[in-house]
Amino acid sequence: MSTTTREFSETRRLVLKGIGVTALIGLGVMPFDVPRALAAANDKYPEDAFKQKSEADAIKALYGRTAEPSDKVKMDAPEIAENGAVVPISVTTTLSDVTSISFLVAENPNALAASYKIPAGTLPSVANRLKMAKTTNVTAIVEAGGKLYSTTKEVKVTVGGCGG
Amino acid sequence: MASSIRVRATANGDTTEVQALIQHPMDSGFVKDAQGNLIPPHFIQELTFEYDGKPVFVADWGPAVSKDPYVKFAFKGGKKGDDLKISWVDSKGATDTTTAKIQ
Repeated sequence: MSTTTREFSETRRLVLKGIGVTALIGLGVMPFDVPRALAAANDKYPEDAFKQKSEADAIKALYGRTAEPSDKVKMDAPEIAENGAVVPISVTTTLSDVTSISFLVAENPNALAASYKIPAGTLPSVANRLKMAKTTNVTAIVEAGGKLYSTTKEVKVTVGGCGG
Repeated sequence: MASSIRVRATANGDTTEVQALIQHPMDSGFVKDAQGNLIPPHFIQELTFEYDGKPVFVADWGPAVSKDPYVKFAFKGGKKGDDLKISWVDSKGATDTTTAKIQ
């Protein structure tokens, strides 16, 4: 009896969430040219890289070179994300001398989502949650020993989370 | 005042695993409110974890990080009872800092 009630309310919550996010998609074309109001930019913060629209430009702005695919970079991301606003993605690697790990979502308004600096002594493994506008490729870049290694996986988004 | 940062740092052998959950809207600047006005961008840009006076993990975030962001990592070293300092700066210049004890 109580189980049924809980199931019902969970379904209800999912439906409500779905309506909310669908309303966001209803906005249609996303305004790609909204000026970024980045205040108090710290010189260490890669502001320029976060402004780039395409994945390639963002990688170039962040690292100044291109990445090569490597099977030593392992990304854990869902095949299908029910809610594009919260997509759990984690990366781990067997490479040594890792100095940074970055996450890019190809068809977001700005491809670069997050970049993590990994000082010596910190394990090259990060888990976080990202927003995805629609079904697209997620790329993880690992900077190790001055070189860039990447892995890419397509994540299907059933309910886009363009921001929300 | 309640901190916006919730951290669990657990020492396990020679590594310390850290999980952090921060309360923040992470507005991307692409979403409209009920009146159809764009909600201006407001998101955490830098999140730093310091142990023993040295950064052990630095996150540079864009607006594509989910609302109420979560992050997990691990570093070598760290003992039970030691302090881990966490601080963030957002795109409006707001900051918050907290210190967590490693468990």
